Amino acid sequence: MGHSYEESKSLALKTILILGGITIAEVLFALLGKGYLIKGVHFPLWLIAIVMIVMSIVKAYLVVFEFMHMKYEVPALAKTVLLPTLLLVWGIIAFFQEGSAWRNNRDVVKERNEKVVDDSLKPQGMLLELPELKENY
Amino acid sequence: MGSDTAVAHHVEDSNAVWDGGKSPMKSSYGKLMMWYFLLSDAFTFAGFLIAYGTLRVSMPTWPVPDFVFQSLPGGIHNAPLIFVTIMTFVLLFSSFTMVRAVQEGKRENKRGVVIWMILTIIGGAAFLGCQAWEWTTLIKGEHMSVTTNPFGTHTAAGAYLNKDGTVSNETFEAGESYLMHMAHADDHGHGDDHADDHGGDHADDGHHEEGHADSYGVYNLEKSKDYPFATVDERGYIHRKFKVTEGDEDGMVKTEQFGPKAFGALFFFITGFHGFHVLSGVIFLIIIMLNVASGLYEKRKNEYEMVEKMGLYWHFVDLVWIFVFLVFYLI
Repeated sequence: MGHSYEESKSLALKTILILGGITIAEVLFALLGKGYLIKGVHFPLWLIAIVMIVMSIVKAYLVVFEFMHMKYEVPALAKTVLLPTLLLVWGIIAFFQEGSAWRNNRDVVKERNEKVVDDSLKPQGMLLELPELKENY
Repeated sequence: MGSDTAVAHHVEDSNAVWDGGKSPMKSSYGKLMMWYFLLSDAFTFAGFLIAYGTLRVSMPTWPVPDFVFQSLPGGIHNAPLIFVTIMTFVLLFSSFTMVRAVQEGKRENKRGVVIWMILTIIGGAAFLGCQAWEWTTLIKGEHMSVTTNPFGTHTAAGAYLNKDGTVSNETFEAGESYLMHMAHADDHGHGDDHADDHGGDHADDGHHEEGHADSYGVYNLEKSKDYPFATVDERGYIHRKFKVTEGDEDGMVKTEQFGPKAFGALFFFITGFHGFHVLSGVIFLIIIMLNVASGLYEKRKNEYEMVEKMGLYWHFVDLVWIFVFLVFYLI
């Protein structure tokens, strides 16, 4: 919308060049951070992760807004498609929290799984209410 | 344009534009529904990728991607990330050719649409070819499967044992990855695919020689047998022995263990699901390209909207790859 054919042609070319450039930057940064380019240079994983995530989001923005023309759609359409994806922010926070909880509790879970339980002490039916059995279990 | 602003003004005054009979989103039904389909698909992929991240952070160790994905066709190893970067460029390029096809459609240039769509199809097919090679390397060369992950990670520094059981000078640090080779590799020596013998234990220096596998007589080992320097399990995976040289278990002799099972399942499932999207995209591209060539959309006089909808899907596949690339390979 609002672009002549020649304008949109050069805009597409510009966008693909930026996308390619960011991809090369990403790969170089990853290789540098992991110590492949200069011996002895290592970045912490969180730094690599943040830089990679930011660059990927920029790439995603370019693909959605330029290639998929979201920039030129009416705001109502853009909002109905883009706002729901914000739900994923919570999904990421919650699940990563869960994942690290699993890691931190791996030993405890293993220990409990290996614990031998005397079958006669297992609460059954109504006996569940008896406090001393509950304690033994 | 003048009438457009008039309508926009009207929208702000009342909500008449939503009363019916108009298109408030200024988009056709088909295009709008393509957007909402892609939104739902984005949630599916996000679910998979979040599952990958969750399982990865829940494990004490995880295969290092630059170690797992370091091969190139032609028997080149120790080239971390290069092959997937090529794959990324192939897909980016096909996205660009798709944009050009849509632009040619906007000005009703049938020939232009067909040419750029053919280039897009070639790009998509090339990407699928790359993926097929990558999967073949992992499955046939490195013996990874959905349930078995021969890529492990050392949790403490140590040194491998020599053939006679003495400690060798082949040392490793905590966090280094290894690939467990297979005894009696059933298809050894087919063509250029020597993935079996890449320096399995050295993610970082990589200069410890290729083909150490042969020096250990890997291909003469028998299944389900214990050797002074390795244990071969009943499926033929060689668990090399090493002496730990730091930490709680200093001095203990241990054997290499499989890496987290979930890695293989997640890798094949997520890249497979993405590859399936690419495959169906290529099929639809071919169908729509043939329709364009036959003049079907020319008659509709709607600036080749079908090509535009196809473009949305194709860019989405590229968009997903950006995140698969991020999650699987870059971090």
